[in-house]
Formats: sequence, structure tokens, C-alpha cells
Amino acid sequence: MPRKRRELYNKEICACSIFGAMNRDGERFTGAGVMSAIANMHVRGNGLGGGFAAYGIYPEYKDYYAFHLMFTGSNSDAKRSAKQDFDVFLCENFDVVYDEEIPHGDETAVSDPPLVWRYFVAPRKCGDEANLSDDDYVVMKVMHVNTKIENAYVFSSGKNMGCFKGVGYPEEIGEYFMLDRLYKAYTWTVHGRFPTNTQAWWGGAHPFSLLDTTVVHNGEISSYGTNRWYLEMYGYACTLQTDTEVIAYAADLLMRRQNLPIELVAKILAPPIWNSIDRMNEKERRLLTALRMVYAPLLMNGPFSIIIGQSGKMIGLTDRIRLRPLTAATRGSMFYLSSEEASIRLISPELDSVWTPNGGEPVVGKLNNMT
Amino acid sequence: MKSFVFPEFHIIRDEAKCGQCRGCERQCAFGTHTYDPVQDRLISDDYKCAGCQRCVVFCPKDAIEVRPTQSPYRQNASWTREKMEDLKKQAETGGVILTGCGNDKPFRIYWDHIVLNASQVTNPSIDPLREPMELRTFLGAKPDFMEIKSEGDDVQIETKLSPNLTVETPILFSAMSYGAISYNAFRSLATAACKSGTFFNTGEGGLPKEMREQFGKCAIVQVASGRFGIDAEYLNCAAAVEIKVGQGAKPGIGGHLPGEKVSGEVAATRMIPTGTDAISPAPHHDIYSIEDLSMLIYALKEATNYEKPVSVKIAAVHNFAAIASGIVRAGADIIAIDGLRGGTGAAPKVIRDNVGIPIELAISSLDGRLRKEGIRNRCSIIAAGGIRCSADVIKAIALGADAVYIGSAALIAMGCNLCQKCYTGKCNWGICTQDPRLAGRLNVDIASLRLSNLICAWSHEISEMLGGMGINALESLRGNRDHLRGVGLYEWELEVLGIKGAGE
Repeated sequence: MPRKRRELYNKEICACSIFGAMNRDGERFTGAGVMSAIANMHVRGNGLGGGFAAYGIYPEYKDYYAFHLMFTGSNSDAKRSAKQDFDVFLCENFDVVYDEEIPHGDETAVSDPPLVWRYFVAPRKCGDEANLSDDDYVVMKVMHVNTKIENAYVFSSGKNMGCFKGVGYPEEIGEYFMLDRLYKAYTWTVHGRFPTNTQAWWGGAHPFSLLDTTVVHNGEISSYGTNRWYLEMYGYACTLQTDTEVIAYAADLLMRRQNLPIELVAKILAPPIWNSIDRMNEKERRLLTALRMVYAPLLMNGPFSIIIGQSGKMIGLTDRIRLRPLTAATRGSMFYLSSEEASIRLISPELDSVWTPNGGEPVVGKLNNMT
Repeated sequence: MKSFVFPEFHIIRDEAKCGQCRGCERQCAFGTHTYDPVQDRLISDDYKCAGCQRCVVFCPKDAIEVRPTQSPYRQNASWTREKMEDLKKQAETGGVILTGCGNDKPFRIYWDHIVLNASQVTNPSIDPLREPMELRTFLGAKPDFMEIKSEGDDVQIETKLSPNLTVETPILFSAMSYGAISYNAFRSLATAACKSGTFFNTGEGGLPKEMREQFGKCAIVQVASGRFGIDAEYLNCAAAVEIKVGQGAKPGIGGHLPGEKVSGEVAATRMIPTGTDAISPAPHHDIYSIEDLSMLIYALKEATNYEKPVSVKIAAVHNFAAIASGIVRAGADIIAIDGLRGGTGAAPKVIRDNVGIPIELAISSLDGRLRKEGIRNRCSIIAAGGIRCSADVIKAIALGADAVYIGSAALIAMGCNLCQKCYTGKCNWGICTQDPRLAGRLNVDIASLRLSNLICAWSHEISEMLGGMGINALESLRGNRDHLRGVGLYEWELEVLGIKGAGE
């Protein structure tokens, strides 16, 4: 009997380094510091993936969705042809304000780079889709591209922010995209990757993002299959063959679409154990029981520490029994999250406070002037 | 008419050990053993033996052995002994062959072709003896979104949540009615359910009045086509209400409790005259369509003030997934599906052995269907029919069930040996009988302890397997087919199950 193609889950497992730095006054700084911080955790990765999310890098286009596209293929013609397919789709659905290839260094310095392009766009909604919010419209179109257009992947789609990622050590990727020279952001999150069971590809590097929500993740999501089916019911297509994607989509579903505050979202992704809930006062118990009951399929099980980036916010969270490291620190207006304290000390030897957050308890940094 | 059927069991008595105490004679309701005072010895009639092993277990001298007999016929792959003897019985009686328990035919048991995952290196496995391991499960509808209103630290839930059952372990006792099983067996199930933080199902025989206050909170009360024993108090004393449409052992067939089993107490509980046959029609005569079912679901919700989840139990048949999706849309909070190997107190053998589909495939296709339609959160799935051990439970959950019902497994825990003679009312183990002499053999304290021990043991094993997979809450395994692999299955089977082959 010939083998048919079944719909099979693929997920990969990583042990990694994560780092985040945020200036809570909104002052922007280059990626040089975070590049050296992540390089300090070189041995936590294995050179099969690195990536950055940067917030506040496109002030001149801040009202437009910044799409970062990856076109893959075995040669430049194939990549160009994927781009042509995408461009047709894009022009039908969006007004493109500006687009260009993302500037990069020597292609021979990295392995098999795709064509990476950015577009600044405004939604052009028509027909039934006119009723959708801009964000919902963009999510729908991003899901379409990632599932239907071959060899084209939208890996960044927020406003005034962007992801940069690829195969290599994170410091190499930073160098390739010249993040230390070309961009200034008020928040940087970074990831160095140690994938253990799939071939490395550029789309599989972290961060994973949807709109302005980005996730860098150290760990493995054992509940991936459960998280995935639940998110698929809400229209999220998991296409990037990695478990981290589900965290980005869960954050989008809960925070943007359902408008839940991060404190509650943390209680969904990493809830307290029943033993603790049962001992809480009546009101808390009812709330947490309801959250666990309704959102049981979004519990992220297995070891993880994550940094979620959003416009004006940076959030750190570990799994409820804290099987992956995370250190938080502040210095003046700077807020840091890192797998290891040494990396924070490297770029900021003096710290006002430094602590290890409890499992399941989010640490949140917010812009001070956020409205 | 001389019967041409050979005995199924052969009784070997060790005369040297036998003390002629006549215990076996008293134990066997089928009259297998008789005492001959002239010879001062016990005579056993192989033809009457059901193979229930009661006399063997209770012989104080261990003098009895009951063995299945070899087929006396020439070997024939087509005309097996069972086929020939069933045919002879029909030639001798002109009747439908009745049987009890579940389908015993060698249909593929998918549980035995599915293996589980475990953590190595990248994800630490968790020791359930040292770390929390959570099996708590909620059964009922969940909203798509939960609206909240927060002012500072004060968070209020705005969404009205549907009622849900909370089970501490995802194992519930399947529907077995008082009438089909003895009062003691029924009460043992109720006692064990309450003790174990789970639920028992009354079946369609009502809930005796004196049990309501104590056991109502762990009861799922059934509303079946015969409408026996149903009144407002019955519905409202329970934790949930279940509409029984079908049963895995006999899809499309009703029920028939013969008048001999309708004792005074059974009659009072069922609200029918003593000694009359209790007949449950094949269909509900007020449900001829999905609209009708919806009306009954909402009638029951009205009757219980929307405070209890309403479950609908159907047999897994060919197009059941589409029907189940309709049932969810019709307002059901729980879908119970009963597979090919589900048990029964009485069913035509031809139906039991030939109708329905295996539960493993059914769970997967129902879960998949509801996900595709985006309504999986609007109901819970309870899978029934052929759950034999904790591994079956955990595989059912990974395939997409929220919890399982166990019937045969619970009966075996109480003493049943699956002799399949439930329909005779002569159960020597006191489980499936209304004969006070037989029913009195089942001690409620002991039987309920055996049941709660079983639940406890399976829950421990489920925790061990979960921990091995690096998961510390059962909800993270639900529908998580990543953790399953198939061995020795065809491509179409893997596809229906939604799992990869081992090594993939």
C-alpha cells in the first residue's frame, strides 16, 4: 500500500539561552549589548538558530504593519519565484507603503540564508472582511501565507517592531543583520538555540511572533499536541514545526483577542497546582478554578522559561515547577531577563536588584509612559 | 427434544479432597452440583455449568476445577464450535440467542497496538511520588471565551459558566441499572464513586429513594427510552443527567428486564408494578430526530434549573461522529460514546457481536470532528466499552477523550468472571441477580473497597505514566496524540487514530 501523506504533528525540542533587555523610559539603544550578553551564553546553544526581536525600530513607519518575510528555496530563482507569489497576494490584500530587502552582511558567513524582505503595509479590507479589526485581518492573512504560499513565511508582522532570525549562533545572526549598527530599540529579546531533534531551518529559529507579540523560549512543551488543537480551533495554523509557536499564538489569543491581563494569562499558561488552589480563599479559588477549567488546553506543560515581548511590555515566565532557569534584574530604567545572571552582569555589572522569579509567576516590565 | 450441544465446561472433582460439605451445591444457582446421599458424594453436571468459577473459589478444600472443554468437532475454520452450537441451540428452540457482557470476538484491540511516550534528556520525567501530579478533570461545556471585569486586583468573572462535573480521576462507573444488577452491587458502585471522587451512573433503573441524599451527589442519573423511575426529585438529587440513546453492546436495540427480576424494591424504584416486564423500547418514542433530542435536553435542563450538565450517550456506529456533533449543537454538555466491546446485562448475541465500531477509532474520529468544527470545548467526551486497565484509560485520553466509563472492569473488581450468563438472573457472585439469596453474597463494604482500590491503583498508574512523559496535569495529555505511536497498524488505521507509526 502506498504511503499516504497523513497530517502528522512535528515539533522540535530545544534547550537554549534567552535574554531580554528593556529601557522602561523608552530610550532606544542598539543591539550591541544584547549581542554580547547572548554570546556570553554561547555554550547553551549549538549554532543551529539565533534570533532577535526589537521594539521601537521603525518610528518612521510606526503606523504600518511591518512584515518580515522569508523566502526559501534551493537557489535564488526559487526564492525570487516564492517572492513573486507572495507579492501578488500582498498587493491584493494590502497597500504597500515601502518595501526593501533587509540589509545584511556577507551571505557566505551564514549557512544557506533565505531571501529576507520587509514590507510596510496597511490592510485593504473589502467585502465581508471589512468587519474584521485590522489585527484580526492581518492574523488571517499571515496564517494564509504561512499555510498556503509555498516557501514564503511571514515571521514578523507587528507595528514598529521586527524579528531577525536565522541559522547560526545568535551573535552571528546579529552580525549578519547588523543589529548593532542599523537599529535602535527600547526592548530587545534574544535567543540562542540548541535544537535536538529536527533539522535546522531559518523559519524554525526564535523568536516566534504574531503581530507585535514575540516569544523566545527555552524548553520543551510536552503539551504541544493539546495546545495545538485548541489553538487550531481559533484559527491559528501551526506551521513552523516548533513548539514555541503555540506560546506566541496562546499569548495572542488570550491577551489581544480575549483581552486578559498578563497576570491571569500567566495563571492559564502556568497555573498553580490544585493543592494550592483548594487552599485559597473562596474568591480566588473560584477564579483560578474557572481559569483552569476553561483554559485547560492552554496549560503549557513541560519545562520552559520564556520571554514574551509586546509593544511597551516585556514579560518573563517559567513553568509552574520551574524546570528552566530565569533571572530578572533592574538597573535604573533598565529591566533585564536572562537564562543566566552572568550575562546581565556582563553588560550591567552594577544592578539595583536581581532575583529568581518563582515558577508560574510572571515578571513584567512596562514602559513608564505607556498609555 | 434431546439437545445436541456439548457442555462448554468440564468439572473435575478431586474425590480425595472433597469433604462432601455440599458448599458447591449451595453456591451454584444453575444446579450444577447435587448431593447423592446413597453414595455420599457430590455429582456434577457439566451441561449446567456456566464457568463462573464460584464453586472453585469457595470450595474449602480446593477440590474442584472447572475447565473449558476442547471442541469435540472436526477442526473447521469456517464452522467453528461456537457457530455450530449456536445454530443447534436455535434449531432446538427457534429463538434469538441471548448473552451478557461485551463482544468477545477477536476484533482488533487497538489499545494493544498503541504505545506511549516517555521523556529522555530534553524534558525531565517527573516522579509522581515527589511532585504534584494532577488528574482532576472537568466534564461539561466550556465557553469559547471567558469575559472578566477587573478593577485593580479585584477580578470578576462575567461569563456565565456552564455546570461541570469535577472528577478527581478520569474514571467513572458506567451505567448499570438497579434491576439489571443487584442492590448490593449498585450500592457498592455508589459507595466507591463517592469515596474516590468520581461518579456512578444509575442506568435506566432509577435511584432508590433512600440512596438519594447520600449518593445523589456522585450519581449521574439516566433517562432512557423506558423512562423508568424518573421524577423531579430523581433528576435534581443527582450531579448530572444522562440521556441514553444507545449502548455499545446493542446499538439500535432496546432493553428488556424480565418480570422475574422486578422485585418489590426494583418495581418501586422503577415506578412499575411488581413482577411486570420492564421494557425499554429501541428508540425513545419522543425522539425521532435531532430536534426532538434537543427538546428533551432542554426539558431536562429546565427541570434541573440549568444547574446540571446533560450528557447524551450513544453507541459508536458508522456515522456517529456527525451525529455527535449535532448532539453537541443540540445542547448536550457531555457526549458518552460506547464502543463495540461495551458490556450488557442482556443482548441478542448476533447484535452484540456484529454491530458498532471499536471505541479507539471512535474517540479519535469524534474528537477530530469536533475540533474541525471548532466546538470541541463545548462538550466533554466520555469513552466507554472495552477499557481494561490504566493504560487503556491514558491512551483514550491522549486520543481525545476527557474521561472514561468502566463497566465490565468494575464488575470484575467485584467478582464477576465474565461468564456471560447475566441475562439468566442467576449470577452466583450476587452481582447480576435479584434473587435475595444470591444478591446477599455481595458484601457492600468489601465490594466497594475492591472498587475504590481499583480506582486508586489505576490513578497511581496513570500518574506514573504521565510523569514519565514529563507531564504533571492530565489536561495536557488530552487529545495530545503526539505521545502515542502505533505498532502493527495499517496506514488507514493510523490515519483514523491520528497517530504516527512507531519510529516515525
